[in-house]
Amino acid sequence: MLKSPAKILQLAVTLIACAFLLVPTLQSVLAGVTVNYFQGVKSGLTLKWIGEVWTLYSSSIFLSIWLAFCCLICTLFIGVPAAYALARNPGRMSRVLEEFISLPLAIPGLALALALLQVYGSVQGFRAHWSFILVGHVLYTLPFMVRSVLSVMAAIDLKTLEEGAASLGAPAWRRFIDIAVPNALPGVLAGSLTVVTLSIGEFNLTWMLHTPYLKTLPVGLADSYASMRLEIASAYTLVFFIMIVPLLMAMQWASARAQRILT
Amino acid sequence: MSSRTFVALCFLPLAIFTLAFLALPLVRLILASGESEAGWAIYLEILQKPRYLSTLIQTVVISVLVTIAALAISTTAGLFLVRNRFPGRGILLSILTLPLAFPGVVVGFMIILLGGRQGLINQITPGHVVFAYSAFGLFLGYLYFSIPRVLLTVMAAAEKIDPALEEAALTLGASPYRIVRDVLLPALMPAMIAAGAIAFATAMGAFGTAFTLATNIDVLPMVIYTEFTLSANIAMASALSVVLGLVTWAMLLIARSFAGGTVAAGG
Repeated sequence: MLKSPAKILQLAVTLIACAFLLVPTLQSVLAGVTVNYFQGVKSGLTLKWIGEVWTLYSSSIFLSIWLAFCCLICTLFIGVPAAYALARNPGRMSRVLEEFISLPLAIPGLALALALLQVYGSVQGFRAHWSFILVGHVLYTLPFMVRSVLSVMAAIDLKTLEEGAASLGAPAWRRFIDIAVPNALPGVLAGSLTVVTLSIGEFNLTWMLHTPYLKTLPVGLADSYASMRLEIASAYTLVFFIMIVPLLMAMQWASARAQRILT
Repeated sequence: MSSRTFVALCFLPLAIFTLAFLALPLVRLILASGESEAGWAIYLEILQKPRYLSTLIQTVVISVLVTIAALAISTTAGLFLVRNRFPGRGILLSILTLPLAFPGVVVGFMIILLGGRQGLINQITPGHVVFAYSAFGLFLGYLYFSIPRVLLTVMAAAEKIDPALEEAALTLGASPYRIVRDVLLPALMPAMIAAGAIAFATAMGAFGTAFTLATNIDVLPMVIYTEFTLSANIAMASALSVVLGLVTWAMLLIARSFAGGTVAAGG
């Protein structure tokens, strides 16, 4: 493997990049369970900080899980039919529409939040409700769901399958529920995991939309970085890792599985 | 119900949601940017006031540097991981793609753990180096979340290159350097342009990382934030948002024409 100086250089770059990404992550995990970070690990290991995080921020954690769940339901309800309709009508108009709903991927979350605040910021019941944050999350995650489902629907021979069902007398809505959706399930699964992962980690939009009574997990993280001691901030980050890493791994597995259908 | 009506109905939830929460707010944002005393000349003001102009230039410069660095590192590592099979390869790959779902604030915290006052570098260097809150810290933070995004795009493209091309070049007597320059890089170029544009766009709009780190340095998202919350200068915040949105959107549109697909944004 290491036959030439070029290979050694490549390996070195790879390892340095890995260290750059991994070392602070490990530091954070370690700091979260260390009694006193200044004195290092020799001061002992403890779960005290995680306990403190739980008393301080458990409501944020539950709010984030709840938002991610609602966001998933909304993106399924809006995104799957939309992807189906786009798959049935491929063409210039569909391309434009897809480009339009993908705008939240290109426009920074801060700008989107500012736009939402200017239209709905004065609607009191809505502004102070968790559904206001939900709107932001749905806006940001929806394109991932649509694209994921659409790519699978475009790859399977939807037209032939549907013609078969139609010749057996299935009406349009049955063909959608019994043919299109089951065949696109790998795409729906990959999209769903992406939506949940992104919703739990969303900060840019949420920071602008949240109220003091509605802090999500990443907002709580920002709060703990600014005001708590390093051990608590680290312990909270550790809690976040425990939540997000399995989701991320599941997401990559599901995306790879959906990709295999496409090729 | 005819098939055509049903398909049209499938668009309905999307149409209602995006009209109410995307189209309407974006139109409002653009209109709001023209509602100050300056009117639409506010966009001229951005170019004339040193505070806004220098921030804009600063943000673009950092984003360009991050893009170049991320491309250099991720292409090198990506090619290496695609071309070589060895024990531990899977672990290296997971480490390099792990930060994909980290919010910007977490990335900021990672940089503080590296280069902050209680950070690793400060502890192990004799001179006590603290860089987390400087432009360099911001650069490292942006690089942190750009590496996985660029890596995934480059690796996907590298896997599709036919190894026979390299072998042919080798038998014709090309040096490894020539193979990289004349065979690999041209084949990877579309993916690199696409990945570079994504890295640039994400760095331009990164708010969370800047929010945690940028105490001494102004980048565009931070200026928008302070204009809105502290100065209540809604017109200027809107105008700067429109500029930021247009720049990033244009970059991604150019990239899309070179290579389809978008890697998960965020930050």
